[in-house]
Amino acid sequence: MPAPIRLRELIRTIRTARTQAEEREMIQKECAAIRSSFREEDNTYRCRNVAKLLYMHMLGYPAHFGQLECLKLIASQKFTDKRIGYLGAMLLLDERQDVHLLMTNCIKNDLNHSTQYVQGLALCTLGCMGSSEMCRDLAGEVEKLLKTSNSYLRKKAALCAVHVIRKVPELMEMFLPATKNLLNEKNHGVLHTSVVLLTEMCERSPDMLAHFRKVRQLSSSQLVPQLVRILKNLIMSGYSPEHDVSGISDPFLQVRILRLLRILGRNDDDSSEAMNDILAQVATNTETSKNVGNAILYETVLTIMDIKSESGLRVLAINILGRFLLNNDKNIRYVALTSLLKTVQTDHNAVQRHRSTIVDCLKDLDVSIKRRAMELSFALVNGNNVRGMMKELLYFLDSCEPEFKADCASGIFLAAEKYAPSKRWHIDTIMRVLTTAGSYVRDDAVPNLIQLITNSVEMHAYTVQRLYKAILGDYSQQPLVQVASWCIGEYGDLLVSGQCEEEEPIQVTEDEVLDILESVLISNMSASVTRGYALTAIMKLSTRFTCTVNRIKKVVSIYGSSIDVELQQRAVEYNALFKKYDHMRPALLERMPVMEKVTTNGPAEIVQTNGETETAVLETKPPPSGLQPANQANDLLDLLGGSDIPVIPTAPTSKPVSAGGELLDLLGDLNLTGSPVSAPAPQIAQPPFLLDGLTSQPLFNDIAAGIPSITAYNKNGLKIDFTFERSNTNPSVTVITIQASNSTELDMTDFVFQAAVPKTFQLQLLSPSSSVIPAFNSGTITQVIKVLNPQKQQLRMRIKLTYNHKGSAMQDLAEVNNFPPQSWQ
Amino acid sequence: QIHFILLFSRQGKLRLQKWYTTLPDKEKKKIIREIVQIILSRNQKTSSFVDWKDLKLVYKRYASLYFCCAIEDQDNELLTLEVVHRYVELLDRYFGNVCELDIIFNFEKAYFILDEFIIGGEVQETSKKIAVKAIEDSDMLQETVEEYMNKPAF
Repeated sequence: MPAPIRLRELIRTIRTARTQAEEREMIQKECAAIRSSFREEDNTYRCRNVAKLLYMHMLGYPAHFGQLECLKLIASQKFTDKRIGYLGAMLLLDERQDVHLLMTNCIKNDLNHSTQYVQGLALCTLGCMGSSEMCRDLAGEVEKLLKTSNSYLRKKAALCAVHVIRKVPELMEMFLPATKNLLNEKNHGVLHTSVVLLTEMCERSPDMLAHFRKVRQLSSSQLVPQLVRILKNLIMSGYSPEHDVSGISDPFLQVRILRLLRILGRNDDDSSEAMNDILAQVATNTETSKNVGNAILYETVLTIMDIKSESGLRVLAINILGRFLLNNDKNIRYVALTSLLKTVQTDHNAVQRHRSTIVDCLKDLDVSIKRRAMELSFALVNGNNVRGMMKELLYFLDSCEPEFKADCASGIFLAAEKYAPSKRWHIDTIMRVLTTAGSYVRDDAVPNLIQLITNSVEMHAYTVQRLYKAILGDYSQQPLVQVASWCIGEYGDLLVSGQCEEEEPIQVTEDEVLDILESVLISNMSASVTRGYALTAIMKLSTRFTCTVNRIKKVVSIYGSSIDVELQQRAVEYNALFKKYDHMRPALLERMPVMEKVTTNGPAEIVQTNGETETAVLETKPPPSGLQPANQANDLLDLLGGSDIPVIPTAPTSKPVSAGGELLDLLGDLNLTGSPVSAPAPQIAQPPFLLDGLTSQPLFNDIAAGIPSITAYNKNGLKIDFTFERSNTNPSVTVITIQASNSTELDMTDFVFQAAVPKTFQLQLLSPSSSVIPAFNSGTITQVIKVLNPQKQQLRMRIKLTYNHKGSAMQDLAEVNNFPPQSWQ
Repeated sequence: QIHFILLFSRQGKLRLQKWYTTLPDKEKKKIIREIVQIILSRNQKTSSFVDWKDLKLVYKRYASLYFCCAIEDQDNELLTLEVVHRYVELLDRYFGNVCELDIIFNFEKAYFILDEFIIGGEVQETSKKIAVKAIEDSDMLQETVEEYMNKPAF
């Protein structure tokens, strides 16, 4: 039987494998060889074989059949065997395998071995993976070794004791005597591990803590003074090459001492006083040019803030954190912000002094730093600085990553509510949030805002005017549109009468107002909930407007046959209000009274506007050509989620440098001048299915499009117009909205529109607004077609129309060839 | 307390895993996959710290190897960076100008060195000299020298 191949040989061989399969084959072969070697109880090469097994384990292959072999190695007399055996035990065994208990006896023997390196192996293994049972069995041995004069063993025993205490806290007591003179050591290893042990004991047991605060240690001084002395020596002593790190003596030990001092000084005046001086000394004398010095300063600050320190010291600590914020090293900035966040409640004024630095961190490149800076900024807003802070935070809201926008918006609303210097400022701030991050605003914000607006009675005219202007250009941001619709419905009379005091009143006619509300109703960017708001708003205007009541009646009656069940229900009820209960209408639709301030869930009185909408069932007609999207059901659910559809978190892609990207930059510039613009398109990966476009995310930009509409068909009184929208994020998608109107004197019913496109295109037909085209051009059917045109070919379409008219069934085929180039290029 | 230490290459290949808490094998593999992915996707401009579950990950890249430590909330991140750096220094002292290949071919040594520096997730020795001497003395105790040369030819 030839000797098993050497470890390094195996490693070299496996690394030559070019495929996963090849590697697997090599591994299997070697495993088989190792297994038979194990079966033969080969003592000579067991060590080599287990080492190889450990390598293969690291590559991810199973190695459990080597567990017992590790135990055999541990039991061997050879040091080489023990070394690999213990390593194997730590890698392959843990307390969940019964087999591990077999180790206990070996470890016990090795703890008493004549060679300190063997003892060391045993202590290390026990201290890393010892189970509770093992710890119970062997705690006595560990305790013995804790008292030895051999510093190599003593330091390991201390950490082993720490592990024992973590696993079996009741055993803590037995280590107490041994701790008496631990700190008298000169050896830094022992000092360090002793401090760790003392820390563990004090953290776990208040009794221990009290004990260590009071009781005199062996060299007749208490623990705190002793620690202070050791720390002082470390700082004051000259250069010690053995423990030096960039000019600082044993930073590891310094930090651990500072941490133990923190625990001892917490809530204890005497201890805190005893450590005051040394803390001040460390805080002022530590070299800050390298990370190691800052690590010590950081720990010092944490300690100062946690104990009962005098105010001068606390200010010193916060100033250190303030300096950290200006450090070039982002790690330092990061820990500074984290610490400031912890202290902002207790030392608010001191932290306030660093407010401008914190606000600067909002512009940092690191995402976690930005988040902490944002949270801190909100914590620092108060009545005095609210205007300035809000300005910064609104700017941040404009430019931050999507994952922050919802939290930031909520934070701004909260702060504005608490500290708004004037009602007008408050409304303006809300407007700004709605227009810049309107799609990220949380659902509960809408009713809260509505309540706020209702209660600011003197601002009604101003508010409705601003909201009207905001949605005039763009009605894609659902929360903004919802609030605006509601306000227009409530205060539309103020709008048309031009009563605004705060700014130049605009000239608006009733028809113009109804135009915008109807656009919202029709638009495919509007969520179902939003449509509900719009319809109700239109209805309310019937008592506030004078000239356009008939128009309102018409709109309302059309939606009586809407496919959206919620809209249909409302329309039918409003219709009934017109027809049978007209005398009640004014009273029902009266102005809302000032509301009681209710808790976070928003006022319950707003019943007219949205509570919940039932999810409507959209029936999509199967497209005559093109592919049926496979997960249509899922996409539908996305669509019906309403305005709280989360933006898909950004994959690690940078901003797209494409024509779309430039467009975003253009919008970004517009944002800064304060005019209401849609939020920049979120970075969503190219959707394979066109249905994605129907989320409330502003994928379509009417402003930039400017694509001329066409009349696609005009015959026998039936006219069909096409209007176009192109997607910002997916330039292959063209959205066509068809409007069918009827100029004859009789309605066209059962209207069905079908379309076909050439093979290189994909088509998706969404459900029409209804199946009846009313006569005399008094209403239209709208329907959305989505065309995917990846090859950017000239758009052509064949359409088929079927409907009933004047008692007979009509049918027609036509080709549409007059698509404008901008719709497909 | 350090919960675990991972060393992995820029391609995500694991070079060392030391766990100071008990977890099922499957769980460990899942954690490794997740953390490797998180860290490899971070760019130069971000800090060396990542909040992950209830732990903090502290990582630093040395040449082609990532060193990652998972610490608890109350542990000092800046000091952990020093801990990582000290481990690299120890490896460097032992191997002489250590590179990734040294750790691949002598992985068991890397573990031995780590075990002389950290036990149970806590630092046991703050002197470079003493830690390295312990390893070298242990090496001398080994019975078959040919198996474990310091710098094998590969």
